[in-house]
Amino acid sequence: MTAMLSIGGLWKSFAGFVATRDVSFELLAGENHAIIGPNGAGKTTFFNLITGHLRPDKGSVSFEGRDLVGLPPQKIVRLGIARSFQRINIYPRLTVFENVQVALIAHEGQQWNLFRPGRSLHREGTQELLELVGLTPEALETAGELSYGKQKQLELAIALASQPRLLLLDEPTAGMSPQETGETIASVRDIVKARGLTLLFTEHDMSVVFGIAERISVLHHGEIIASGAPDAVRNDPEVKRVYLGEHAHG
Amino acid sequence: MPQRRHLIASAIVVLLLALLPLAGSRYAIDLTTEVMIYALFALSLNVLIGFTGNISFGHAAYFAIGGYACAILLTTYGWPLALALPAAVVLAGLVAAVVGYFCVRLTQIYFAMLTLAFAMLVWGVAFKWKEVTGGDDGFTGIKMPEMISHHVGYFYFTLVMVAVGVAALWVICHSAFGLTLVAVRENSVRAGFIGVDTRHMRWAAFAVAGTFGGLAGALFGMYHRGMYIENAFWTESANVLIMVLLGGIYSFIGPIIGAAVLHLLQTFTNQYTPYWPTVLGLILLVIVMVLPDGLIGLARRVKARGGRP
Repeated sequence: MTAMLSIGGLWKSFAGFVATRDVSFELLAGENHAIIGPNGAGKTTFFNLITGHLRPDKGSVSFEGRDLVGLPPQKIVRLGIARSFQRINIYPRLTVFENVQVALIAHEGQQWNLFRPGRSLHREGTQELLELVGLTPEALETAGELSYGKQKQLELAIALASQPRLLLLDEPTAGMSPQETGETIASVRDIVKARGLTLLFTEHDMSVVFGIAERISVLHHGEIIASGAPDAVRNDPEVKRVYLGEHAHG
Repeated sequence: MPQRRHLIASAIVVLLLALLPLAGSRYAIDLTTEVMIYALFALSLNVLIGFTGNISFGHAAYFAIGGYACAILLTTYGWPLALALPAAVVLAGLVAAVVGYFCVRLTQIYFAMLTLAFAMLVWGVAFKWKEVTGGDDGFTGIKMPEMISHHVGYFYFTLVMVAVGVAALWVICHSAFGLTLVAVRENSVRAGFIGVDTRHMRWAAFAVAGTFGGLAGALFGMYHRGMYIENAFWTESANVLIMVLLGGIYSFIGPIIGAAVLHLLQTFTNQYTPYWPTVLGLILLVIVMVLPDGLIGLARRVKARGGRP
């Protein structure tokens, strides 16, 4: 099987601080892959480099054989990579329904239609997505007034609206209660399976990832220090040291 | 359905306005003509402010370009109105597209300052290009077509033009384009990640705002039978900005209310005292301190409170 996403020798630093250090990485089509690492390990930067939010200092990123370096986010999403954000990133004054609807409008390239009423478009598609993430009852609420966990679900629906083949979720359960975490993980797993998506997600809590990831890469100080099946990674001495070290400090 | 309700309400307003000349004095007719023109001007600016989240401090530029261009084409070149007016509107839109191309590279205060800089440039051209614009004497004696040279005829002409302009802006603001603009305003980073080129969207909004601002300016120039460099000055940009803020930026009709209230207040205040700027300052103070969402926001809050059992 060839890699869907392949990354070679990626570097990124901010004013001398190296956030991504010579990262090489391959993601196979159809796999569920987790990037774990303590806070500040460079997970979000890694996602920002893939999705065009940041430009790497050095290295290559290619998706299905296409070079992504230098492309803006709006072009990359159209190639089939959608993402959610660790910190909530929605349209707070729009309704929950409109948050998703606008993503479908953009996906269909209708943002340049000055005549068709926006609110009449993609009503069914929007309803389907809201049902999928369990937000049907909140459809007409103002998005900014939803609870934190529900805003995270909305993030997921917005990302899915772009009909990606590769879904990137940046700490999908950050800030959630253990119960919400369990539900979210289960729902993400089902959606990814039903839609045949490839999933790459980050998480700082190790226990969360074992329920969903088929492969795990561990990021520490901007470097991938281990990569492989969950059990192998769990027993990796270097990983143990990093995580135990974290706990000793924290 | 809200859409039908809005349509009926708008039809009633247009009908009532159409009946005004039967009952109203010349004074009422002229004042209403002015209010309609300012309403269109304010609405056009709100495409940028309320819908896109970009505060322009130079919107008078397109108002002036529309006004001067229409006046010059009618008078100096003797074009018929049916050509001069559309040409003036298109010209305002084109200039807005050129200026916007540069402005949308910046955001927030830098965007606002650049719009102001370009507007001052337009003012400078109107001031210096004396043989075409009349310089600081203004461009006077606009040749008006017979049909609309009487104040009642002009009132009806303005009513039709403003109604068409407002309807067009309504359609644009509620289109897929308009909804996407709101998404850009709310979170331009997120909008990029759903596949929207936010800079292009803001650019288009800038051109739309300039185009309709140009229409308002053309109507204004013909109404006054002249255009003056003050119409391009930054105080005019500030005035229309205050109209938009007073009415409320987060609703479509807010700027119409703001334009009507501010212009009527100014007219009445001027009858009693020369201190309009002081009154304007107080109004601005009230908006910023207690009416962040303008009069429409206030109305919504009152309604929400009244609706509770």
